[in-house]
Amino acid sequence: MNISSLLQYLISGLTTGSTYGLAALGFTIIFNSTGIINFAQGEFVMLGGMFSVFFMKWFGLPIAWAVLLAALATMIAGALIERLAIRPVKGASPINLVIVTIGVSIFIRGLAMLVWGKDTYALPAFSGDKPIAVLGAAMMPQSLWVLGVSLAMLAALKAFFSHTIQGKAMLACSFDRKAASLMGIGVERMVLLSFMISALIGAVGGAILAPITLTSFDVGVLLGLKGFAACILGGLGNPFGAALGGLVLGVLESLGAGYLSSAYKDAFAFILLLALLFVRPQGLFGRKSVKRV
Amino acid sequence: MDSFRKNLLGLAALMALLAVAPLLLGNDYYLTVLTLSAINAIIVVGLNLLLGHAGQISLGHGAFYGLAAYTSAILTATLGLPVFLGGLAGVLCAGVVALAIGIPTLKLHGHYLAMATLGFGLIVYIVFNEAVGLTGGPSGFTGIPRLSLAGMELTSDLGYYYLCAGCLGLVILVALNLIDSRTGRALRALHTSEKAAQAVGVDIARYKLAVFVLSALYAGLAGVLYAHYLTFIAPASFGFLYSVELIVMVVLGGMSSIFGSVAGAFFLTALPEFLRAFENIEILLFGAILIVCMIFLPEGLAGGVRAVRARLFRRAKGAGDA
Repeated sequence: MNISSLLQYLISGLTTGSTYGLAALGFTIIFNSTGIINFAQGEFVMLGGMFSVFFMKWFGLPIAWAVLLAALATMIAGALIERLAIRPVKGASPINLVIVTIGVSIFIRGLAMLVWGKDTYALPAFSGDKPIAVLGAAMMPQSLWVLGVSLAMLAALKAFFSHTIQGKAMLACSFDRKAASLMGIGVERMVLLSFMISALIGAVGGAILAPITLTSFDVGVLLGLKGFAACILGGLGNPFGAALGGLVLGVLESLGAGYLSSAYKDAFAFILLLALLFVRPQGLFGRKSVKRV
Repeated sequence: MDSFRKNLLGLAALMALLAVAPLLLGNDYYLTVLTLSAINAIIVVGLNLLLGHAGQISLGHGAFYGLAAYTSAILTATLGLPVFLGGLAGVLCAGVVALAIGIPTLKLHGHYLAMATLGFGLIVYIVFNEAVGLTGGPSGFTGIPRLSLAGMELTSDLGYYYLCAGCLGLVILVALNLIDSRTGRALRALHTSEKAAQAVGVDIARYKLAVFVLSALYAGLAGVLYAHYLTFIAPASFGFLYSVELIVMVVLGGMSSIFGSVAGAFFLTALPEFLRAFENIEILLFGAILIVCMIFLPEGLAGGVRAVRARLFRRAKGAGDA
């Protein structure tokens, strides 16, 4: 095993892991405010990448504007989903809520296929694709973008949750919805906000990853699943655990693809997920929760 | 008349309908559609138990179906085992794998089973594609022998259809029995309140696991019937979309009604044959059905029919009073 190839795997693992982490953050935010596991989370990531590609193509926008607009469009999609599909079934049994989010996910996928076709698309790298040499490993400038933007998102979220009144209100909802509502917090509005923030985070993740891994109408399922695996790894409900879980998962997957088998690369995340559920369902960084009746 | 008796009558009516259907649709092509519908309906009965009675969702039943189909195909075509043994091994394989996935996930609260089965389905799909030496890869597995019983090969399509319809009847009978048994009552109890059920001594995880494994066995049976019917299988038939299609069949027909789900299976299997543009809007349509059903018809079409009937009766009664 030589150092430069190990480093290479680490870099690519951290890069894709950042996107898993962002998807995982999205899961966590919706889970905390509603108790729903949103199966459409991966579609937000897909939409982010696809919107960016097509805003560049349709309107001839520079990439920065295309990505920004894509994030905004996905955010609106998130809001629409909450208003049109989630709110009408409020109070339904958990199984029905899961079915609704599966329906939403399939619906978005079908719509994307109708509009954009089945082809695979590439987004140009944000600042050229001349690799930077790091200790014998090649690092794409895009990897720096991915890591930088992910860190910035994380910092912004942290600030949002601890320094703004809206963020604190959302946090309150995640602790106890009824108590939050008694304190005058509009729980319904917080749920809407959580879908919009999740969509935004997912879309940004999808847009920054698209130059590296390409994108198509059907990337959402796998990205969503890996985001969920990252959530479980970090402990469901813990946003920063989720982000860290994404990085760990990305690195493990990259090492597995490099040293074990690249054909079965996508299998590692799931095997890890099952193994975790077996031995440590509260996640690596989560505490055991006590359920009261 | 209690509901079990009523359901048995319903089953008898369904079997009579299935028996005369090929005589009414005197066309080989329709016979194929009927056979495939019956095969799908077998899986859907199991999923109905899982969704409607145990309150769990599986996004990997396409994988159990495929696992059994491939196991039986490999054992019979590659290794030359008799079809009966290969088929049995296929069904058991689906059950054992379901047990291995169900044990860790069903103990947990929430919808871990959905994610675990989604992941499992994707992995199995990857394996079908990548293990080319064993499965033939993306281009498929050919030369699977037709079913034979006691040395007699079942060659006629009509015969095979009646076999599938018979299996469907058997599977429904077992399901109806289960719902009416102690297990069924336990499932209803845990569906109403898991905590209350637990408090009166229902072992929640065990019952959920039992239903999950049973539904995987059903999917396995369907997979074996499918493989030895078409004599050719390819990974594309067992992917994520197929698993979702199965869920759509259950939800559309009605989660709490086995007959509703069976109707959903027949309807959605036949639909693409009548809807030419189906291939392009398939995914969109499935998504729309799931969302619309959950908002307006959470009990599916069966529930809708029940509601309409109740309303009509009430109105008729009201008119009589006045």
